[in-house]
Amino acid sequence: MAQIRVEHLRKQFSDFVAVQDSTLTVENGEFFVMLGPSGCGKTTTLRMIAGLELPTSGKILLDGEDVTFKRAAERDIAFVFQLFALYPHMNVRKNIAFPLVSQGVPRAEIKARVEETARLLRIDDILDRRVSGLAGGDRQRVALGRSIVRRPKVFLMDEPLGALDAEFRDLMVRELRELHNRIGATTVYVTHDQLEAMAMADKIAVMNRGVIEQFAAPQEIYDRPVSMFVADFIGSPPMNFLALHAGLAKGARSLRVNGATVAVPEVREDVAESELALGIRPEHIRFDDSSAFRGSVFGAEYLGTTQIVTVTTEHGQLKARLPASVAVASGETVGLAFTGDRLSLFDKASGRAIASALDDRRGAHG
Amino acid sequence: MADIALSNVSKRFGERLAIDSLDLTVANGEFVVLLGPTGAGKTTTLRLVAGLERADGGSIRIDGRDVTAAEPAARDVTFVFQAYSLYPHLSVYDNLAFPLRSPARRVPEAEIGQRIQHVADILRISGKLKNRATQLSGGEMQRVAIGRALVREPSVYLMDEPLSSLDAKLRSDLRLELKHIQQNLGATILYVTHDQIEAMTMANRIGILNEGRLIQIGSPREIYENPKSLYVAARLGQPTINLMPPGLLPDGGAPAGTKTVGARTEHFRIARATNGKSHATVDWIEHLGDQNHLHVTVGGHKLVTLVDPGTELKSGDAVTVELLAPLYFDASGERIGATHAA
Repeated sequence: MAQIRVEHLRKQFSDFVAVQDSTLTVENGEFFVMLGPSGCGKTTTLRMIAGLELPTSGKILLDGEDVTFKRAAERDIAFVFQLFALYPHMNVRKNIAFPLVSQGVPRAEIKARVEETARLLRIDDILDRRVSGLAGGDRQRVALGRSIVRRPKVFLMDEPLGALDAEFRDLMVRELRELHNRIGATTVYVTHDQLEAMAMADKIAVMNRGVIEQFAAPQEIYDRPVSMFVADFIGSPPMNFLALHAGLAKGARSLRVNGATVAVPEVREDVAESELALGIRPEHIRFDDSSAFRGSVFGAEYLGTTQIVTVTTEHGQLKARLPASVAVASGETVGLAFTGDRLSLFDKASGRAIASALDDRRGAHG
Repeated sequence: MADIALSNVSKRFGERLAIDSLDLTVANGEFVVLLGPTGAGKTTTLRLVAGLERADGGSIRIDGRDVTAAEPAARDVTFVFQAYSLYPHLSVYDNLAFPLRSPARRVPEAEIGQRIQHVADILRISGKLKNRATQLSGGEMQRVAIGRALVREPSVYLMDEPLSSLDAKLRSDLRLELKHIQQNLGATILYVTHDQIEAMTMANRIGILNEGRLIQIGSPREIYENPKSLYVAARLGQPTINLMPPGLLPDGGAPAGTKTVGARTEHFRIARATNGKSHATVDWIEHLGDQNHLHVTVGGHKLVTLVDPGTELKSGDAVTVELLAPLYFDASGERIGATHAA
């Protein structure tokens, strides 16, 4: 078990800065996810924690011990890669035992630990099967078993589910999180899939161009994104932005947009007249005939229980998540109402969230 | 544009029957998505239509013409593959122009230019036409690959998981774009995926394949609301449909022979127990942001449903769970007691 602390971590490849200046702490037993698009620096950060890259500057502490310049083998970690490589000519038992055999662990202990690991992963019934005949899910579990059996302090995972079918990925997301709940090992997990992050993480760091834009619990990142980048990266569909040109006074509780007065969380700073964005999550929109906020339906995407309805307004398109039972027709004019206490405001030039009563929700769930 | 008709088509690879007496029609201007897990026969079906595989039995017609034995080039189809195959040494423009410059077509350069401009605008790659293919991001490369299919204006488009190599956000953008392009062009598309969201949001009709057989075909709503079997019911819906033995929850109307009751979010009414008559407990609420999953245990069975983000329920709460017209399946997994014909 271990705490990981990263201080002012920076990594530069010639003139490209992969990681700017990252500082964060992953507490003992936490499932920590680094989330962001390709090239944001998440894998580079992971590789530095693993000892596969040396930082340009900054420190990495494992349980308080400075491991910045220690070799990978001297850090008590296990790295799970995207492609699970098993030895095809060995059975499941030998595959899982392999890291222990190469460490010279006594045979009786190997047997006990392999069996304990297999029980944990619920593959104890296939220990004597050859891996070549196994289904994808069982292969993935065997690969995980090979990492777990060593009982490392920390698990590092680099998009371990990236190569799987969608259906199977959903299943493995749940299994990985349940496994984590059972063994409680500190885990650092890298992905570009926001749903994986939301489903598994205790804490998420959203990264963009080598910078951690936000580091917080999933629900807080979702409810109160600190930037347009984060708001846009999380959620499916992501947050809607209505473009508007306006000034805001401290204490304001509404603004004019698209010919209507829209309630917003109380504004906590003065904002000079400028380009702003009003951020609205799809599930905070509903149809309301009496609303002065009008738009025309562009299309609907049926999803079974719910549907995503795209509405065109003077200030841009909005995607609303509505029950599938709501009847909509393309081209129809509709009135829209919003859940006023949940809307976000951003300064468009910097992308920064404008301070508002939404900040009071920080840490509060719901 | 044209229609596609497969009649009693079979294909064997050695011992394995990959496609088993498949009947499938795609109407002119229709977007049909074949959905199924790896090995269901989706890609083989596409390759048979394209002429990349020869059928062992049955017939394939495109626009009324029997093409069962025709060469791929004689079928007037384009195929978009999962892995984009661009010419790395050519510019985006030349990659798009390539199919039009083939000696078999001889499209005048001026017309090539117009078509490329049009397609590049639709796919939002006009600014990249002069770039080398290797200077593009993955998403841009895949759009160029789709663009190369669009410029040819073939009778039918065949697409094999064209979005699966893209990241989630780009995939959702391109889903909408592709659907609009298809509607604007009136294109006939046969599309293969294992992603249920792609199938539900783009298809006019979804065909569910299993072990080389077409199990059910219908509009997304028909497949979702009226699945013919357990297999079909489990293909659509997030969270996955809950399966339980009859009698676990009071259901009133379970028909004779019911072996499994299937229930989705809309088939449950869940309320906090008020007078100690609870039979279920909330395990936890999984916050996925836009979608929150409620995990409930009833008599040792775990159920998962969607729950309103503003729900008052919390872990440990005693609740009552009622079923509202769920789906019933017999011992062989076939649907029984359907209220409307599936």
